[in-house]
Amino acid sequence: MVGMALPQVAPVETPEIQEVPAEDRPWVTIVWDDPVNLMSYVTWVFQKLFGYSKEKAERLMMDVHTKGKAVVSIGARERMEMDANQLHGYGLWATVDRG
Amino acid sequence: MFRRSGGHCVATFAHDEVRVLRKVAAEVVGLLTDGMDHTDPVVSRLFPDIYPDLPEDSQEFRLYTEGDLKSSKIDQAGAILAALPDEGEGEVRLDGEAAEAWLRAINDARLAMGTRLEIQADTDLSDELDQAVLEDAGSSRVFQLSVYAYLGYLQESLLNALPEID
Repeated sequence: MVGMALPQVAPVETPEIQEVPAEDRPWVTIVWDDPVNLMSYVTWVFQKLFGYSKEKAERLMMDVHTKGKAVVSIGARERMEMDANQLHGYGLWATVDRG
Repeated sequence: MFRRSGGHCVATFAHDEVRVLRKVAAEVVGLLTDGMDHTDPVVSRLFPDIYPDLPEDSQEFRLYTEGDLKSSKIDQAGAILAALPDEGEGEVRLDGEAAEAWLRAINDARLAMGTRLEIQADTDLSDELDQAVLEDAGSSRVFQLSVYAYLGYLQESLLNALPEID
């Protein structure tokens, strides 16, 4: 991602995902970093689509930016597919995987 | 560039800006309406595989979702064409819904152009533009890079003109 101005936030660690058998793990939607999307736009999409607070949306955006990817939602497979599809509608690079 | 005015996002576009924005939006519509080639990096960026390691599952998902996704992207680009004057300069006033469509459409256009221009994470746009001007000031790359940079500033200004979500 690129920024026109640096956001006034510091990266915060993502919660660790516990080791549980694959079949019991929920699915996750992952957003990947890309060189085109604006940081401010990605934050806005997370707020708009998931109803996340600005603080949470910015933290996730910074995770994507600094770590290359971030888990943005967790749940049933069909729900994650819907989230990823909507993220594609906004032009974010999203995939679905087991947590 | 956009500014906030009451409940609307408002911008006044010069003749050249109107022409460029119409061209960019029409190119996105063209890309989406001509038979899409999934080996084209622009198409695979706009319609990514949902399961990178499971091509068959990705393909099956695509079968059910791609039509709608494509239509919404065409509608978004159409929102730009609908709000702009046909030609000449003019003011654009967007309500919340139209502003969202513009944001998404500008983003699709930037993704398409950024992919074609091979923009990387460490690309310095002004260095890239200086280099392209040195090579050939009248080249298509100079034009494309300028438009790409312009769309970034336009998108940022529209984001800043939106009412806060919180």
